[in-house]
Amino acid sequence: MELFNNLVLGFTTAGAPWNLFFCFIGVILGTLIGVLPGIGATATIAMLLPITFQLEPVSSLIMLAGIYYGAQYGGSTTAILINMPGESSSAVTAIDGYQMARKGRAGAALAIAAIGSFFAGTVSTILVAVFAPPLTAVALKFGSAEYFSLMIVGLVSSIALAHGSVVKALGMVVLGLLLGLVGTDIYTGTPRFNLGILELSDGLNFVAVAVGVFGIAEILRNLENEHDRDVMIKKVTNLWPTKQDWKEMTAPILRGTAIGSALGILPGGGAILASFASYTVEKRMSKTPQEFGKGAVAGVAGPESANNAGAQTSFIPMLTLGIPANPVMALMIGAMIIQGIVPGPNVATEQPALFWGIIASMWIGNLMLILLNLPLIGLWVKLLTIPYYMLFPAIIAFCSIGVYSVNSNVFDLFAVAFFGLIGYVLAKLRCEPAPLLLGFVLGPLLEEHLRRAMIMSRGDATTFVTRPISLTLLLLAAAVLVVVLLPSIRKKRDEVFVED
Amino acid sequence: MRKILISLAATATFALASSTAFSQGYPERNITMVVPFAAGGPTDTVTRLVAETMSKDLGQQILVENVGGAGGTLGASQVAKADPDGYTLLLHHIGMATSATLYRKLPYDTLNAFEYVGLVTDVPMTIVAKKDFEATDLKGLVEYVKANADKISLANAGIGAASHLCGMLFMNEIKVPLVTVPYKGTGPAMTDLLGGQVDLMCDQTTNTTKQIKGGTIKAYAVTSAKRLDALPDVPTVEEAGLPGMQVGIWHGIYAPKGTPSEVTEKLSASLQKALKDPNIVARFAELGTVPVTDAEATPAGLKSKLESEVTRWKPIIEAAGQYAD
Repeated sequence: MELFNNLVLGFTTAGAPWNLFFCFIGVILGTLIGVLPGIGATATIAMLLPITFQLEPVSSLIMLAGIYYGAQYGGSTTAILINMPGESSSAVTAIDGYQMARKGRAGAALAIAAIGSFFAGTVSTILVAVFAPPLTAVALKFGSAEYFSLMIVGLVSSIALAHGSVVKALGMVVLGLLLGLVGTDIYTGTPRFNLGILELSDGLNFVAVAVGVFGIAEILRNLENEHDRDVMIKKVTNLWPTKQDWKEMTAPILRGTAIGSALGILPGGGAILASFASYTVEKRMSKTPQEFGKGAVAGVAGPESANNAGAQTSFIPMLTLGIPANPVMALMIGAMIIQGIVPGPNVATEQPALFWGIIASMWIGNLMLILLNLPLIGLWVKLLTIPYYMLFPAIIAFCSIGVYSVNSNVFDLFAVAFFGLIGYVLAKLRCEPAPLLLGFVLGPLLEEHLRRAMIMSRGDATTFVTRPISLTLLLLAAAVLVVVLLPSIRKKRDEVFVED
Repeated sequence: MRKILISLAATATFALASSTAFSQGYPERNITMVVPFAAGGPTDTVTRLVAETMSKDLGQQILVENVGGAGGTLGASQVAKADPDGYTLLLHHIGMATSATLYRKLPYDTLNAFEYVGLVTDVPMTIVAKKDFEATDLKGLVEYVKANADKISLANAGIGAASHLCGMLFMNEIKVPLVTVPYKGTGPAMTDLLGGQVDLMCDQTTNTTKQIKGGTIKAYAVTSAKRLDALPDVPTVEEAGLPGMQVGIWHGIYAPKGTPSEVTEKLSASLQKALKDPNIVARFAELGTVPVTDAEATPAGLKSKLESEVTRWKPIIEAAGQYAD
């Protein structure tokens, strides 16, 4: 009953015309910046902070939250259309989404992403409303040992991201891990692999690496044989998912939502794993795993649902503890402080209208996004019919603006160019960028948690197996490893038999 | 000789005249205030509040630009190299003084690369522990820590962070080295403290007040001279028996070396006005801090603070042997 009253309060707050208006502004802005490659939600929210001074706290937070999940929607649009992921979560969408687009099914891919995101958004909003406090208690049980084991699960799973050689995928993961080591050792403050460049002292910029190895590399490849591109334009056919698509996407959306919701709660970077984990699960569950990487519907539906669910539940640590799970949440906390609300464990009781208003606005925002995005699909797909010689300079220009706007740093532009070249070489060698990106994202977390767990246990490595949650995760990793490697072992055996 | 004197005098007069004309018109366009940290953090919040209020007074917008990285030294070096025309300013905290020792190689000379506008605020710190920590007061805490030094973990938000400085000071005071656990920022460190994964931390009231009030962590002392209105039950370090722990995360506004003194004086006057703004006073109070006095919000006030703090922290950092480069 109390929950019902709270929800009524929330929907009355978020449903006020003024707040609806700002929710709408937020999701529109979010979609726009998500669609512009390179510009992330973090940069946009940072730029908009001064404007929020003039608004009511609830309105400004509703708008900022709208930008955040709007960008998640928009980010998958560029990932699907031009292979340009702006966030780690949409890197996974690019794998099969872009292949669907190449087969002329960009419209269906975009619709699947939007529907999956909406469903996941709805479910996870309910989860936030009902279970926020008890879920927080669970999240706090995760210490560094548990996070380390969770990252191991993620890394082991990442091998499944590749649809080619397992050895090459492993190589890419390791290369990504090494790139992730560039920067400053947080435990001693010692600079590592920064070649004496001050700009590298905080590590490589994720957006620069992602835009480079995915987007720029893809442009280089397209320029190499332009007729590929023409074929793709002519074949744009159905805009909407077919009956078969609906059948194929239902289960992945459900599973993706569950995975994303669970991982999003962990404030130590669990949400990063959501889309990767979902992709792995879908590939394993699929009766046609060979389709993955060539435009599988499940490879878009699952990860997209997972990343949106994770984005929503990552509000839980912020709302219940006042602790940011990612840079966007940190900005929102900054916005609250400027407004005179210092987030902490008591926000829900001290500011019930704000707390429940934000939760209700998440669902309203998701509804607006799907109403906004479904009609836009036709427009986005039309973008692909623009002649490529006009499209690619525009893409590069927007990328450069976007990447520059993150840190106002010219160095990041050189990094984009450099990683574009690297991505091109890797593509020529048939090495895939997704495992590299996952390694790059997880590497620093893996190291951070491994070393912190070891510091806390005073150098006793058994801490990973004596803590029950950590042990469970490690066993899970071992199981995943077996499942991932089995097919390739069996395949080799088959080959041996064939030769006999 | 006479000719030279006359021309010198003429040049001086001309320079004076032109600089007066310059300051009368100042500011004629937007001013950029660099924060050497990411948007959303405590220093960013302080900067935005001050910039917003000073903009109204100066009649020109002060734009806040976040140039994070390398413990604040990237942003500071960018401002050190900027044109000294009063249109690029820096708002930095205590890190300005400590990075002089934390970094053995800096791209600027801390004490000679800047002009001073004034101090802004001095945020106190709190010594806190996980909720179920055994000790009930600071004396008990120190005894417990001394007896169980090998089991205690002290969290901080990374090398050079406020919590790292305060932690070093704490170990220096109680003369017991503890295992320190660095995190990437206050958020994750606080999460582990809430979850009981680490035992102790010493951090700014900006980050701890709400948690202390919510009963999710235990507070033992505040590092200010007086008790705080926001936390009336928490004793000061002096009351609790560790007077040497008095420390604050002070914030100051700087301009590149060579910025005309008319400009810094004008900015300082505007800063003093801003610090009396009821909105700023109220927001600062919620963060557990107060604006500094008029005498401190001056170029001379900031200069002497920076110089004394560089001297204070040098031996502490050197004793800990933890450098940021």
